[in-house]
Amino acid sequence: MSELRVKISGFGGQGIILSSFIIGKAASIYDQQHSSMTQAYGPEARGGACSSQVVISSDNVEYPLVDTADVLIAMSQEGYDTFLPILKKGGILLYDTDLVEKLQSHKNFIAKGIPATRLAEELGKKIVANIVMLGFATKQAKIVSPEAMQEAIADSVPSKFIDLNMKAFQAGYDYNEEQ
Amino acid sequence: MFKKSRLIGEYFMQGDIACAEGALAAGCRFFGGYPITPASEIAERMAMRLPLLRGVFIQYEDEIASIAGILGASWAGAKSMTATSGPGISLMTENIGLGMMMEAPCVVVNVQRGSPSTGLPTSWGQSDMMQARWGSHGDYGSISLVPNSPQEFFDLTITAFNFSEKYRLPVFIMADALVGHMTEKVVIPPVEELEIIDRKYTNKKPEDYLPYDYGKNLIPDFAKAGDGYRYHTTGLTHDKRGYPNMTFECQNELVPRLVNKIKNHVDDISLTEEYDIEGADVIVISYGITSRTILPAITMAKKKGIKIGYLRLKTVWPFPEEKIRKLSKKVAGFVVPEMNLGQISLEVERCAHNDSIVKLVPHPGGGIHKFEDVLHAIEEVAYGK
Repeated sequence: MSELRVKISGFGGQGIILSSFIIGKAASIYDQQHSSMTQAYGPEARGGACSSQVVISSDNVEYPLVDTADVLIAMSQEGYDTFLPILKKGGILLYDTDLVEKLQSHKNFIAKGIPATRLAEELGKKIVANIVMLGFATKQAKIVSPEAMQEAIADSVPSKFIDLNMKAFQAGYDYNEEQ
Repeated sequence: MFKKSRLIGEYFMQGDIACAEGALAAGCRFFGGYPITPASEIAERMAMRLPLLRGVFIQYEDEIASIAGILGASWAGAKSMTATSGPGISLMTENIGLGMMMEAPCVVVNVQRGSPSTGLPTSWGQSDMMQARWGSHGDYGSISLVPNSPQEFFDLTITAFNFSEKYRLPVFIMADALVGHMTEKVVIPPVEELEIIDRKYTNKKPEDYLPYDYGKNLIPDFAKAGDGYRYHTTGLTHDKRGYPNMTFECQNELVPRLVNKIKNHVDDISLTEEYDIEGADVIVISYGITSRTILPAITMAKKKGIKIGYLRLKTVWPFPEEKIRKLSKKVAGFVVPEMNLGQISLEVERCAHNDSIVKLVPHPGGGIHKFEDVLHAIEEVAYGK
């Protein structure tokens, strides 16, 4: 049985929960895997700390929570600070370089940054930053197949914004880290 | 938004939404409720979906009106449901008793959050389990089903409607915020492939019909509203005509029947899942989300060579007394992890009597059991400490 535990963190309004929904859907509906997605949020609608988690498994997901993550996606400084301790040794950290600026030592895992929000703004809508990040995660952490991720994105966003979201996915997927 | 009135196929679906879809598949066409975290998504989904199916959605002024509304809808012939969380159940409790006394089929969903009082609105607990059994005053049999995944939330919602129609009573689904807000794959089969139990109507003529007459199964048959049958019902102790009759004789016929119509059918109602029960020294009994979060401790105990079995209650009420009594004569003890400070463990203790040890692993809600705590309890029972 192979299992991948992904934690996504940021603040309310960034599409953190939608991101994990799309990952879970890509895995369980389009990649024929099993997945379980859970979320944590405060009473605030926007701006408060927000995190969600997905477990992807070749078998039934028994334990649905992410106590230790194989992949951590950080879309805010607070999210990075809070959840870095649960990232496994050898795990993958993906972060928005403009939103996570105070970095700790990354010698125990693989860290890859992308200016996801800035790339989304260049595409015309800041709101697709999460999809840019999903493109990046698909390439860098291979959480699901690119085909499944694209199908799940197309399935989960309003139809008139599919093109924009596909561009966002591609921008993240093609991004070359220059660090 | 929804082109199809009935969903069929595979969906990546939240537990609460799966519950709403299960209700629709079971034939629920009336929802009355008042929004509350973490159950609001059920109402939201029903509000979107019911009008497409010629159903009725009403958001009432509060939970007291909501439960009254679904009892009325049930009486008019509709399969009806409400969904709320602990604080809402507290408000509904008086009329849940009325539903038990009138024998009105309906489904009451409690997506449990951390309690008591307003507690932890966005987090989970399992501390309303005894409330589901004894919440409303008086003696009556009751049914509570507890799902541990979105798929099971879908499946058990259908079962809840079936039991409610078959045994004529409000049936509880005791989910929790973690299952309600968890998203997983849910397979929705075509409606022809589902077992759906509909209301049993009398075949007697109107002049021969008595609303609360019953046969061997102790369950009265309905008459269809508008078909010319005389019908009377009341929360007062009533005779077979449904008229108030406040004598000991009538009380002694009615109330034991309300208890026995469930008690006599425990084998049909009691749904469990079992692993490695045969030859086990220790049996872990759990229900709902806890049955999943404690699995790592069970795996570890097995690795350590402990003969461990696992019993999951999908039906918590009626409690499977006989099963536990029999098992208690064969094992060293039971470990009961639950997300409250000891509710169902009391039932296990009662049935285990002096035959075996019962170890509660409590948790106040808002998190999950610590792996070590569950493992430690298993070891204590296994090694007879």
